Formats: sequence, structure tokens, C-alpha cells
Amino acid sequence: MNIRVKMIATLVAAVGATAATGAYAQALVKIDGSSTVFPITEAVAEDFQKAKKGAVRVTVGISGTGGGFKKFCRGETDVSNASRPIVEKEMAACREAGIKYIELPIAFDALTVVMNPKNSFLKQITVAELKTMWEPGAQGKVTKWNQINPAWPDQNLKLYGPGADSGTFDYFTEAVVGKSKSSRGDFTASEDDNVLVQGVSRDVGGLGYFGFAYYFENKDKLKAVPVVNKKGVAVTPSLEAVMDGSYEPLSRPIFIYISAKSADKPEVKEFIEYYLKHGGKLAKEVKYVPLTDADYKHALDNFSKKKTGTAFGGHAEIGVKVADLLKRDPKE
Amino acid sequence: MTPQDLQAIRNIIARAKRWDAFFGVLGILALMVGVLTFMTLFVDMAIQGMGRIDVGFFTNFPSRHAGQAGILSAWVGTVLVMIVTGLAAVPLGVAAGVYLEEYAPKHWVTDLIEINITNLAGVPSIVYGLLALGLFVYQFGLGQSILSAGLTLALLILPVVIVATREAIRSIPQIIREGSYACGATNWQTVRDHILPYSSAGILTGVIIGMARAIGETAPIITIGALTFIAFLPPLPFAGEPPAGLFDWLFAPFTVMPIQMFNWTSRPEAAFQANAAAAGFILVLMTLAMNGAAIWLRYRLRKNITW
Repeated sequence: MNIRVKMIATLVAAVGATAATGAYAQALVKIDGSSTVFPITEAVAEDFQKAKKGAVRVTVGISGTGGGFKKFCRGETDVSNASRPIVEKEMAACREAGIKYIELPIAFDALTVVMNPKNSFLKQITVAELKTMWEPGAQGKVTKWNQINPAWPDQNLKLYGPGADSGTFDYFTEAVVGKSKSSRGDFTASEDDNVLVQGVSRDVGGLGYFGFAYYFENKDKLKAVPVVNKKGVAVTPSLEAVMDGSYEPLSRPIFIYISAKSADKPEVKEFIEYYLKHGGKLAKEVKYVPLTDADYKHALDNFSKKKTGTAFGGHAEIGVKVADLLKRDPKE
Repeated sequence: MTPQDLQAIRNIIARAKRWDAFFGVLGILALMVGVLTFMTLFVDMAIQGMGRIDVGFFTNFPSRHAGQAGILSAWVGTVLVMIVTGLAAVPLGVAAGVYLEEYAPKHWVTDLIEINITNLAGVPSIVYGLLALGLFVYQFGLGQSILSAGLTLALLILPVVIVATREAIRSIPQIIREGSYACGATNWQTVRDHILPYSSAGILTGVIIGMARAIGETAPIITIGALTFIAFLPPLPFAGEPPAGLFDWLFAPFTVMPIQMFNWTSRPEAAFQANAAAAGFILVLMTLAMNGAAIWLRYRLRKNITW
């Protein structure tokens, strides 16, 4: 055999061999899922790897909550970030693949309704008013502010919101309209929240909603609208208002799901323990609202006891307390 | 010839010259649309991102602190993926191009193949991503790795490389082939000693156009599972404990520059916008460097050709 041919043959064989063995065995925690949860998980991953001096590697992707669960239920990831509880279809997929999971709430996100800072008449808004604005029946009909509340001026109403693939959209529609994904279609939709920020900040009659962090970083360009809660009090979203439960119904818990099989691996176990210990502080740093210390302890306890399944039964719930969630007996 | 005739001819010439000048201006304007758009974008990115570009920007991993975040995992990922793409696309594309031009009989089957290749160049990149997800990632079990990404992008630019190869080969005078055959050379000897060396400059141009497209691709890479946060590098051959194999880096998880940029632009903090601009600036420089290398290589190759 010609030497060159021999060399190529060896090369091919070597590549084949590595592919077959899939070498590269180093402690690795694979995470994917929601882009809403990403900033917190990223912060935890960053600090955890520093604390472990690189002995454990963590990767975080953003396939979205749904995309993350798809990979998770195929057994490709150890942990899945989710901005909403797992739904029935995903539960079935996991069940079929024999993937059991532990569900842990890790922080709150306060959906923030924002308006243009030049808007002087909007002092507060009720859920009913939001519904009039956003329900599917409003499409093409509700186009002026005074159609929602006669006290408001005859001014063009321009709406901005996240696209239909987003967990934020799912939760907002569920909380406001009463049915997940049920919304008018004639609003400016974008998966990139910065586009929504730009839109509302340039449009005097504009109104939009997105996660609290985007509002917080753009306080100079936007104003948050106080939302009237069940008790009839108008509450501006803030760390405190979410933690004491008065900012409702637009604050929602966000989750991580851990594969039970992966939870046996020491690196994953360590990572989750680190998450629950430092997640609160880090969540605050990236402008999310932490759970209470007791909740984090309770979550850690659930994790150590390997309570598998979801506390939701396959559909979202509005206004549920995290402490109650953690006490529930999860089902698969 | 009467003076009137002379005047008429002068008028015709003047009119033709006016049209000539007019088209010259039109051409410059058309050119400027492209150049100015690029320059504006480039300068804008440079101004926004310049403050962020220092040594640390290249040697740091991504971070939640905009000031400490860097592009180490992203630029290493991009370079490695490009290497795989080049190594896969160039031999396959050139071989296919040479076959179609020099070997393939001309009939309806080759016509059909030709049409398909040209059409492939227009297929949206996400389609290649979906194909690769099924084929490379799952079917071949290559995983969400540098190898999968490189092969995906190789598929994506294959049509470009094939078309460029064929164009380059077609520009070689028929006389060269005939001379070679007349001396008793086989088809392969002709290709190896004449066709490939003479067409290499043109092929290189096609390869670079393809690579420049591939380096900025985001959609197919996200589809096959590139990551957003990754704070370690693929293993160097024989380094580490236990020592990594020669090809382990091919199977490592990774991210690339466009994904890192995309992540930064969608962040709430304004400081990350500067990071994104800086990363974009570097990405353009990487593309320019690649083009520069190609121009230099082409110059070297052309110098050696004497017909």
C-alpha cells in the first residue's frame, strides 16, 4: 500500500474510533431550555465553575422552554430551564422515555406592563381593562384608549408583546384573558424584548408587557403601570411587592427540572445544591425576584428526597404560592 | 464631407459620451449603496464596541458581568468549526466540480444534477440545520459537537464551492486539455497536472465566498444545538488528565461568534450591547482576514502559472 493511502486510512480509523468511544469524559452538567430562566442559571453556572476551579463543566443553551423539554425528555440534558410548568404532552414524552424528573421553583419573574413615560393619564390598570385590551375579540375593534376606560383620552392604542412561542405570552394570556395563548393578533410581537422596549419608548400611546429585568434596565425610557390586584390595590412591580405576594396576578414562579437519573451524578447534585444555596442572591443580581429562604430550603429538601413529578398536573395555575407548591405531592 | 455632416457626427459622439458618463455615475451610485451600507455598519460597530476591545475580551469566557464577559469560547469555536467546514467542503466540492466538468458525460442526468446544485445554493440555511440535526446529530451519533456543526456548514457551502470550481475549470482553454491528451496523459493526469493548478485561484475565490457565508451563520448552528453559555474550551490533543485523544476536540460542545452576539443583543443591560458590537467588529475582521489570506494565496498561485 502506498504510504499516503495508509496515512489516510489510519486517520479515518482514528476518527472512527474516537466517534465510537465518544471519549471526552469529564464531569459535565448539560442544561438547556427557557431564555427567561437563562440569566439566573448562567449566573449560577459561572460562579459554580469558579468555585469548583473548573473541575466541573456546565453548559447552558437557550432552546426555549418547549425546545428544552424536548431534549430533556430524550435524555440529552441533565437540567431543563422552564418559565412555565411542564405540560401534559411533555410529561407523556418523558414518561415514554422513562425520564423521571424533579421540579424545583427557583425564582419569580414579574411580568411588567409598561407604558411610554409621556403617558400622563394612565395611573393604574385593572386585569379587566387589560383583558378588554388583549382578548381575541378586541382585534381590530379596540384601537383607542377611551374604548377601554371612558376616563382615558381618545388616543390611538398601540400594543407590544412577546411572540406566541414565548412562555411569557402563555402566562400573560392565561392570567389576563383566562386562556393560555388566547390573545388578539394585531399587536407588535417580538421574541426580542429589546424590540418591545424600543417600541413602547417611542410610541406615546404604546403599551406592552415583558419580564421585569427588561423594565428595570430601561427605567429611563419606560414607566411601569401599577396593576390592581385582587384586594383592589394598585401595585407597582418591585422586588418587595412580588415577594410579599401583593403584585399579582402577573408574577409567576420559574423552574428548573432535574432528571432523576442525572441527580445521582455527584456533579449534578453539587450543582443543584449550589443553585438552591446561592440562586436567591444571584437571581436578585440579574433582576429577578428570589424565593424566600424557607422556600429554597424546602426545595433543597424535596431535591434530596428525590420527589419526582410535577406539582401542577400538566397545566399552568395563576396566583399559586411557592410554599404551597413545594408542599404538594408531585405527580408524574 | 460637409461641415454639416461633421457636426452631425460630433453630435452623435457627444451624445454617446454623455450616456457613457451617465452610466459611469449610475455604476458608482450602485456600488456606493453596498459599500456605504457596509462602511456605516462597520464604523457604527467599531465606535460602539471599541471601548470593549482589549486583551481580556479575547481571553475571557462569557459572564453575567458585561465588563468581564469575553469571546474566548466563541472565537475558538468559530475557528475550529471553520477548519472542519473547510476540510470537508473543499475536497468534496472540488471533486464534485471536477467530475462534472471533466468526467461526466453530458446528458439529461447531468443537466438535472446541475440544476439541483444551483438550486441548493438558494435553500434556506435552517433547512440544512434540520437535515443535520436528524442526520449528523442523531443518525450518525456525532452529537451536538464541533464536528456536526462543521459538516453542516460544509453542506451549506458545498453548492457554492462546486459552482465556483466549475466556473474556474471552464475558463481554462480547451487547448491545454488537448495538448495534455495528445502527449498521452490520462484524464486524471490532465486534471492533476493542469486543470487543478490552473483553476486553483478561481476555486479559492469560491471557497472564500462560501466560508464567509458560513462564518456568519446562526440558524443551522442553533438548530443542531450550539450552546449559549459555555465557559471551557475543547480539549487540546493529548492535554489534560486523563489525556484527551487527538480528535476529542471534534466532539466537544461549543458556541460560535454569531450566537454569542445574538445572546448579547437580546440582554436587558445596555452594557451588553457594546459587547455585541465589539464581537460583531471582531467577526467582520475575522472574515476580512480570511479574505485577505485568500487574495494573497491567489496571487501566489497565479504567479506560478505560465501558459
